[in-house]
Amino acid sequence: MKSEINDGNAIPTVETARKLGVLPEEFARIEEILGRTPNFTELSIFSVMWSEHCSYKNSIVWLKTLPRDSDRMLAKAGEENAGLVDIGDGLACSFKIESHNHPSALEPYQGAATGVGGINRDIFTMGARPIAQLNSLRFGNPELAKTKWLVRGVVKGIGDYGNAFGIPTVGGEVFFDECYNTNPLVNAFSAGIVEVGKVAKATSYGVGNPVYIVGSATGKDGIHGATFASEDISDKSNEKLPAVQVGDPFMEKLLLEATLEIIATGHVIGIQDMGAAGIICSTSEMSAKGEHGMVIDLDKVPTRQTNMHGWEILLSESQERMLVVVQKGKEDIIQGIFDKWDLHCVQIGEVVPAGPDDAGRLHFYQHGELIADVPAHDLVLGGGAPQYHREYREPAYYQKFKEFDIDKISDVSTEDIVKVARHLLSHPNIASKRWIYEQYDSMVGTANRSTNRPSDAAVVRIRDVSRPDYKKGIAMTVDCNSRYVNADPFIGAQIAVSEAARNLTCTGAEPLAVTNNLNFGNPYVPEVYWQFVQAVKGMGAACEKFGTPVTGGNVSFYNQSSDDGPVFPTPTIGMIGLMEDPAHQMTLDFKATDDLIYLVGAPKNDIASSEYLYSYRKVKESPAPAFDMEEEYTLHQAVKQLIVKNLVQSVHDVSDGGLFVALAESAMPRGLGFQIASDTNFRTDAYLFGEAQGRVLVSVKPAQQGEFQKYLGGDQKIPHALLGTVTAQDFVVDQEVVIGTSEARGLYDNSLGKIMG
Amino acid sequence: MKFGVVVFPGSNCDDDTVFALQHNLGQEVVKLWHKDHDLQGCDFVILPGGFSYGDYLRTGAIARFSPLMNEVIEHANRGGYVMGICNGFQILVEAGLLPGVLLRNLSQKYVCKNIHLLPQSKAASLTSSLESRAYTIPIAHGDGRYFTDADGLKKLNDNDQVLFRYCDADGNISDEANPNGSLDSIAGIANAGFNVFGMMPHPERASDEALGNADGRIILEQLVGVLV
Repeated sequence: MKSEINDGNAIPTVETARKLGVLPEEFARIEEILGRTPNFTELSIFSVMWSEHCSYKNSIVWLKTLPRDSDRMLAKAGEENAGLVDIGDGLACSFKIESHNHPSALEPYQGAATGVGGINRDIFTMGARPIAQLNSLRFGNPELAKTKWLVRGVVKGIGDYGNAFGIPTVGGEVFFDECYNTNPLVNAFSAGIVEVGKVAKATSYGVGNPVYIVGSATGKDGIHGATFASEDISDKSNEKLPAVQVGDPFMEKLLLEATLEIIATGHVIGIQDMGAAGIICSTSEMSAKGEHGMVIDLDKVPTRQTNMHGWEILLSESQERMLVVVQKGKEDIIQGIFDKWDLHCVQIGEVVPAGPDDAGRLHFYQHGELIADVPAHDLVLGGGAPQYHREYREPAYYQKFKEFDIDKISDVSTEDIVKVARHLLSHPNIASKRWIYEQYDSMVGTANRSTNRPSDAAVVRIRDVSRPDYKKGIAMTVDCNSRYVNADPFIGAQIAVSEAARNLTCTGAEPLAVTNNLNFGNPYVPEVYWQFVQAVKGMGAACEKFGTPVTGGNVSFYNQSSDDGPVFPTPTIGMIGLMEDPAHQMTLDFKATDDLIYLVGAPKNDIASSEYLYSYRKVKESPAPAFDMEEEYTLHQAVKQLIVKNLVQSVHDVSDGGLFVALAESAMPRGLGFQIASDTNFRTDAYLFGEAQGRVLVSVKPAQQGEFQKYLGGDQKIPHALLGTVTAQDFVVDQEVVIGTSEARGLYDNSLGKIMG
Repeated sequence: MKFGVVVFPGSNCDDDTVFALQHNLGQEVVKLWHKDHDLQGCDFVILPGGFSYGDYLRTGAIARFSPLMNEVIEHANRGGYVMGICNGFQILVEAGLLPGVLLRNLSQKYVCKNIHLLPQSKAASLTSSLESRAYTIPIAHGDGRYFTDADGLKKLNDNDQVLFRYCDADGNISDEANPNGSLDSIAGIANAGFNVFGMMPHPERASDEALGNADGRIILEQLVGVLV
């Protein structure tokens, strides 16, 4: 088979294909689809569209098993750029999480910045105005100079981009472990609001409709970035630096305003942002969806440099660009809006009908020559992109971790408690992330209801000039303790979902839906793929239980290096909840001395995978902490009612660092203290520092004690125990002062900043 | 009485300011597009926060040349009221309507958090009737370190042009309570005519009970007062 379409390059071979990340069997499949050998441009097109990043070829068969529907779903996973959930009153929330791990590993500032840009474009390309952002970050040992460089760069990148773009960053999580020394994880989340019925689609149809490229000019940055994201990181990775894109938040802000303005005109047929794989990705996905073809003249694309090859223009991942298909005859209106915002808006082609034998082909011209002719449907996920069942195998460590015997670890003495408390309060995984989040604008938009109300999840009001008294808000959180997932991917992923739901519930919100960011190692390693499969199964079971369907997200494989192996399996859960009535927004801080402190949920003799066991006792091999999904679910329902019935003054979930850290975190915001008694039925370390799931710390007014106990004990049979009372100062356990409140605050507030310098 | 909020490319607190004035203070307010040449009869012009022109070159340096700035400067020179918040303050300084400069924060980092402000000037209508206590107001900037030369500082103090100084929760002015290293803890100033105001903190972000802090609203209410 000979290529009939000349792009000026030598005819590719299987070897060329391999260099572009295309397997020999995939090369054969491409030849079959085209009925000839692809030229270099066409092979490049297939290589990015069939890369893991765009095609999900190694994950889609498992992703399809996740629950995807509820009565609130307006767009299911994969149907649009982001999930879409009905929140009532004619409004919908569009939200998604996405990784920028590989670029951030090499160029943390730009890698993280463009991650923020990309996820926000996914939201506003649907016509939704973003209202808030979160991020989930994982780094290696914070004492390493390289880690500090990565943290500083990533945080500044997120800050500089998000701050200028003008959407508040209202929460997130940060976790340090040596498994992330080479491969940090940078997952960015954004949520926006759109009126139901005014959602823009990523589609293309209507023969003769013009196709526009808008926003930034196209440069050589980010070419084969999607392919790069589909490989292990090695010492050769720095040679791929041009594969990292450069962000311009100012341009993104203009693009946001212009995009929402053109969508509001009603003259947009379809629109899609250009992220991974650039023009080729948008043209093929929109055309495949609308079952039409396109003819595109690459000479018309505004470029940053001269003499770009056709394949470079097609694959460029230059940021802040959109592809827009407009109703013919409305060109002037669209052009006028982009002129107002001083943005490029150039017609580069038009929609053509599907052929008799295909659902629409893409014809790309350059210098008057046809340089690529490919069927859109065959390029995309759900169309012709390959889907693989990969081999998986239980890793040897899994059973070994289960052999952990708590009785071989001595319990803590009274002196130990002081040491452990200080260790945990100043540990970067537990201490305040203030050094990081103060670099983010968390308040722009005057919608962050959590600035002055600390709680387990962030709450953002829906602020609209046309209905200024609108009450509803969206609560949001990102969660994943990857140490648990590593110990047991099935249970660990269930815990990640449960913790997210628990955080929303403890804030007084109703969990609605999930977006996930599945960060794993190399899927061709059977033990890594086993982690992936188990995690997806666990996540699916928990999402089913909590009624929170997965609306979409992102898979990031190849988070592994030649030196350090794979990262902990990290299926980050982004979950949104509805805050129907802000009067029921609950906070985590103790309010007044003499309020009673209760633990709701059953304590366990469990220290497995706790921060205490892992970093203080330095025992790295233990199973996931105790977890029972039924208990967890029942607990959430009870907590919800405690909040609605106004029976609690504060609610805070017990998670990393265990009960003691939860107590400290509730006491510190108002400079209060507590005195509690531990329970002699349990090991002291398990009671204070264990991370068994399904527990929530609440404070109750003494006058409401009877009503509170009646509800939990009489009606609900929920385990609960009176621990002690809120005091004016000092953290006291079993009559011993563990640490003074102000000293604890000093450690908690300043430890991360001291490490980062 | 009519407020105008100027929208520059990259402004991102324009809607927040409009919402606070319109909804929280019940005032008439319009947005003014930076490319126009018409203040639409506004009595009080506000330059909002954000990153006008991406803060490229230098904060406020390009926005100062936006077409509408000609009218804003004329308005101010006629004695009309103008206020700049955060990036708006930076633009007013670049435009020469307020003295001094705003430098990179001493920490070299952007910072967003609640801080405390102590009202200072008894001569400026904006602050003269505020209680002498710490007001909790958010800041969000990378370039908020106010600086001027010794003569400039003397003039500001002699003429009572300093509107606010950073302080702690108890109203004490100290280096520890100064979040960006501003000269003399200065957080906001007025011009010599007391019709042009600039401040780095964001009162519009603390103007709504829904956000759990309405100290900023008390400050914005002074704007309405000056027009009476």
